[in-house]
Amino acid sequence: MTQPLVDIQNLMVEARTDSGRKVEIIKGVSFTVEKGEIVALIGESGSGKTTIALTMMGYTRPGCRISGGKVTLGGRDLVTMSEKQRQALRGTDVAYVPQSAAAAFNPAQRLIDQVIEVAGIHKLMPKAEARAKAISLFRALALPAPETIGERYPHQVSGGQLQRLAAAMALIGDPQLLIFDEPTTALDVTTQIEVLRAFKDVMRKGGMAGIYVSHDLAVVAQIADRIIVLKGGEIQEEGTTQEILHNARHPYTRELLSAFEPAVFQPHEPKDTKSVVRRPVLEVSNIYAGYGPLGGDGLPAKVVLSDVSCKLYKGQNLGVIGESGSGKSTLARVVAGLLPPARGTVEFNGRELDTEAARRSKEDLRRMQIVFQLADTALNPARSIADILGRPLTFYHGQKGAAREARIKELLDMVHLPSAIRHRMPGELSGGQKQRVNFARALAANPDVILCDEITSALDTVVAAAIIDLLKELQSSLNLSYVFISHDLSTVQSICDQVMVMQNGRTVELLANSQLPEGANHHYSQLLFASVPKLDTGWLDSLPAGFAATGN
Amino acid sequence: MPGKIPLLVLSRLGVTLITLLIVSFVVFAATLLLPGDVVEILLGQAATPEAVAGLREAMHLDSPALVRYGQWLLGLLHGDFGVSYANSMPVADMIGGRLMNTLRLAAVTTLLAVPLALFLGITAAMYRGSIYDRAVTMIIVSVISVPEFLIATLAVLIFAVWLRWLPALSLANEIQSFGQLLKVFAMPVITLTCVIAAQMVRMTRAAVIDALQMPFVEMALLKGASKTRMVLRHALPNAIGPIANAIALSLSYLLGGVIIVETIFNYPGIAKLMVDAVATRDLPLIQSCAMIFCFGFLLLITLADIIAILANPRLRT
Repeated sequence: MTQPLVDIQNLMVEARTDSGRKVEIIKGVSFTVEKGEIVALIGESGSGKTTIALTMMGYTRPGCRISGGKVTLGGRDLVTMSEKQRQALRGTDVAYVPQSAAAAFNPAQRLIDQVIEVAGIHKLMPKAEARAKAISLFRALALPAPETIGERYPHQVSGGQLQRLAAAMALIGDPQLLIFDEPTTALDVTTQIEVLRAFKDVMRKGGMAGIYVSHDLAVVAQIADRIIVLKGGEIQEEGTTQEILHNARHPYTRELLSAFEPAVFQPHEPKDTKSVVRRPVLEVSNIYAGYGPLGGDGLPAKVVLSDVSCKLYKGQNLGVIGESGSGKSTLARVVAGLLPPARGTVEFNGRELDTEAARRSKEDLRRMQIVFQLADTALNPARSIADILGRPLTFYHGQKGAAREARIKELLDMVHLPSAIRHRMPGELSGGQKQRVNFARALAANPDVILCDEITSALDTVVAAAIIDLLKELQSSLNLSYVFISHDLSTVQSICDQVMVMQNGRTVELLANSQLPEGANHHYSQLLFASVPKLDTGWLDSLPAGFAATGN
Repeated sequence: MPGKIPLLVLSRLGVTLITLLIVSFVVFAATLLLPGDVVEILLGQAATPEAVAGLREAMHLDSPALVRYGQWLLGLLHGDFGVSYANSMPVADMIGGRLMNTLRLAAVTTLLAVPLALFLGITAAMYRGSIYDRAVTMIIVSVISVPEFLIATLAVLIFAVWLRWLPALSLANEIQSFGQLLKVFAMPVITLTCVIAAQMVRMTRAAVIDALQMPFVEMALLKGASKTRMVLRHALPNAIGPIANAIALSLSYLLGGVIIVETIFNYPGIAKLMVDAVATRDLPLIQSCAMIFCFGFLLLITLADIIAILANPRLRT
């Protein structure tokens, strides 16, 4: 039997907290990777998947260290070798494709110089040869203008292109092992398909082994031979991709899988069915908005929204779906009065609202609340949870003292958080808990309408599903209406009565929940819905060549 | 956007010019507010009311302030700094030699302090948290905390009085050879370096540490780059803006803030000249010195900003 390429035995990694306490974050992990095999490490954030992947480069993030075990690459132990020896391996024997290529490229250098830097560091080949090789890699990764794209700076190319350039950067040294760290998480679904396909082609042709770190089972199913499920720094389950997808034994794996089951949607029938004319609670008409100075035609220099209209009925939910740059968050900002539109109106209960939040009445403000995507930045890190929730209570309802305290507890109870949490700071909570507080802050105003801007995007699938359940539960008890903005079809499908598809600041089409996803008429909606990866190993290969090309 | 950088640089220069104009107005106004009357000081005991009035007229002190400001500003533009009240010499002549002395001292200090500060700051950032880093930080903090006159006095005490290596006074016009130059400059330069390097070291260290935490530096590490390469090729180019500004702020001190050092070492520089001028209410001299200081300061800051603009890759094509 030949020796495996990577052999990890009883790996332990220890992290030192700010208070100097030592915490074990990887608790004895063992697995192997054969030559030419692609193994996926899957788990939620904090499961240690990236930490394990980085140990295969002999690297731990600052504050962490390998406290035990062996990591062998091609027969050599990365744990015991000197830093100089590890430097010699990085980029040549094992290479890394980062999660965010946008951050991993030095903004001050041309792309080509960074792509071929590995060749220079390890003196692999002369510069001209490295450039030629880089260009052939650009071509293999289906990058546009392969001859000249390297002359640009990182901010001058798109996210999907950067991700492929990062792969070229990793491939330049002909590594035996390639580590992908969530390389498509930051990309739109249509872009994700192109990038995944480019990765898969190159890996297949080069016969390289790969580690694919991800939290998305469907993506992993397209590319991996074997899947290792991680939680809390320990291996939960390990098996071939087919085994994991179809015969998962571990409850945690099943939980991950169940997040892909079609969500059950209960339509929100209007309560007063007798009234014939239904009036929308929120009506947005012919909005034009953007950034920059107004031009002669009364439109801003950079138009983000053109002629967008939508209606939200009482007790129902409107989904807004689209890729990055489609203008969906801008729409929320316009509705909330944070960005006054150049043209168009926002009506609330049949009354036109002022375009600027500052000039709206307190009552109007109270009745429409917004919840932002990143609870980390939306919650003041220097305020306790009680302060964060108490502020709108005092502002809108004038509550003080014991009444305020009681209401804070009630709000925390509504979002299923223990009331003791109110003395803590946002930094001490988990991502899901923070998003619940963020939502409770909106509830504190007793609103009629809540604008939810990508509120589950930054969360792990299991946590996100729990937030959606919470939203549904509160909707029926508090008679709320949501505008639910997301790029993720499945979450929108599980909660929204109507879905508006947006592209480049325009409404593509408006669909009822029952029409999702097959009932889409417009080809862009069809493309968008078909681009969502399926839990099926053959899905990516079954897509016709040039499938996503129409999306750009 | 090919024309963006020249446009930004030009507009930055425009801002500098406007600032300079405002500064000139403030300088002129401030000197008017100085207590005491130059004519009475000049005439001393001979200040009869008639003599005072006559001298006022002769010195154009009776015309309105704004008119005098206009005349002064026009003169400045033509390189005419006016005539000293105190000894009737052209201000330009009085300043000329002194300014050269100050600039010479500033240049030598810069040549020593900037590389030293950059080296210490960058290495401290590279070995953050190590004993070396802590030692550098501690020494820097203690140097900042000690007032410069104490450093200067200690230097005199040690090098001139005890060791007798260096002269206690820096007589700049006696320099004949390079060795003498070193001797004359040694102590003022050491003192000034202590004062200005501290700030630069701290700012450089902070800026480089910031840059080292960027994901692209980790990426460089994962490409097999050595620590030196990570810092010099990846972190430093992205930290130039803040570092250039810290250096400019520190160096601007060398023009106007060196009065204590010039006094202790009896170095004939421009700061000392200005203080003497205040004592004699020599308005043209004060105004000119103040304008030179402000001009030097603005020049350095503008230069730092332009470096920051040029170093910003997002403005490149």
